[in-house]
Amino acid sequence: MAELALPKNSRVTQGVSHPVPQGAKNPRQFQIYRWNPDTGENPRIDTYNIDLDKCGPMVLDALIHIKSDVDSTLTFRRSCREGICGSCAMNIDGTNTLACIHAISDIEGPVKIYPLPHMPVVKDLVPDLNHVYAQYQSIKPWLEVESAAPSRERLQSPEDREKLDGLYECILCFCCSTSCPSYWWNGDRFLGPAILLQAYRWLADSRDEHMGERLDALEDPFRLYRCHTIMNCTKTCPKGLNPAKAIAEIKKLMIERR
Amino acid sequence: MSIRTPLAIARNHGAAKDGVHHWWMQRLTALALVPLVLWFVISIISMAGASYERFTGWVSNPLVAALLIALLVATFYHAAIGLQVIYEDYISNHLRRRVIDVVTKFILTLLGLVSIIAVIGLAVGV
Ligand code: SF4
Ligand code: SF4
Ligand code: FES
Repeated sequence: MAELALPKNSRVTQGVSHPVPQGAKNPRQFQIYRWNPDTGENPRIDTYNIDLDKCGPMVLDALIHIKSDVDSTLTFRRSCREGICGSCAMNIDGTNTLACIHAISDIEGPVKIYPLPHMPVVKDLVPDLNHVYAQYQSIKPWLEVESAAPSRERLQSPEDREKLDGLYECILCFCCSTSCPSYWWNGDRFLGPAILLQAYRWLADSRDEHMGERLDALEDPFRLYRCHTIMNCTKTCPKGLNPAKAIAEIKKLMIERR
Repeated sequence: MSIRTPLAIARNHGAAKDGVHHWWMQRLTALALVPLVLWFVISIISMAGASYERFTGWVSNPLVAALLIALLVATFYHAAIGLQVIYEDYISNHLRRRVIDVVTKFILTLLGLVSIIAVIGLAVGV
């Protein structure tokens, strides 16, 4: 059955509290999930009171400030700091989003930060993405053709190119997949919204010649049909994309070819 | 313990090449149930307090009997494949899920058959 309570070693405890720094004019509290695999201790919530005048406006700026100036053990992923690499995806104020483009001023009360839900945690805010990357690889996210390679670019009409809008912008941050209850319960087999949106990106590409094989590989009660159109994915996507619609399009193609 | 690559775990047994039919039937039965349930509820309400003979007379109309059987088939079929989805969502142990699903389908088939035979019995007056 689905596990309703957390296993004993996953229960979150109260951790260390870092006081408001002296002379802080703009104090703000951050409550951050911490877990270190090396200590064997349960995860804990550490409280950091920081001066917002000491950092930039985004949640990632605050995390970087905490790591540089308060507690260098805090571990998280980030790279581009402008919403294009997908590294800094985490659960902030109850929603999955990108720390680098989520403004602290948009959050009321203490800023609560957890890793992406329902993924194995490597450390602190770093989830283990091996499985979801393997799922990505499994849908063959590259052009598959039978025709001989042309001597120049593979042509695509402007209308056909437009069909990729809303799909190619996905940065594979996995905010959507980790917000999907179906992915929580059956993520071992369900591909989840991020990977299905990518699968549709290749189904919708006029240059690809393997639509049939791609549909064959998706036609499965778990890989595709665990999606029940709950729409959490679309609601949370920090890039404003619509994975639920892409999944509906795949289901339409499945009916069309019968 | 087993050591497998992440890709082997993700690819697993491959796709079942199945699922469209189930998904489509779930929608079809839902669609059919909308007018059937409406018709059934309205008919029953309009017969509130009527005599037993009036009711059996209503069922013995072939069109009414056919619609009642259609309602029963759609209901039990919809319930069986709907429960299957819930089991697939929430029961992760494969064997346990299979057993519960099969038992459910046997029970629902039996209940469906019993109710269909009851309708036929009323319609032909046995
Ligand atoms: S669809 Fe949106 S939320 Fe999902 S992986 Fe792509 S960018 Fe992230
Ligand atoms: S629409 Fe589908 S993929 Fe998106 S959150 Fe819902 S069940 Fe998950
Ligand atoms: S750091 Fe690249 S998306 Fe946030």
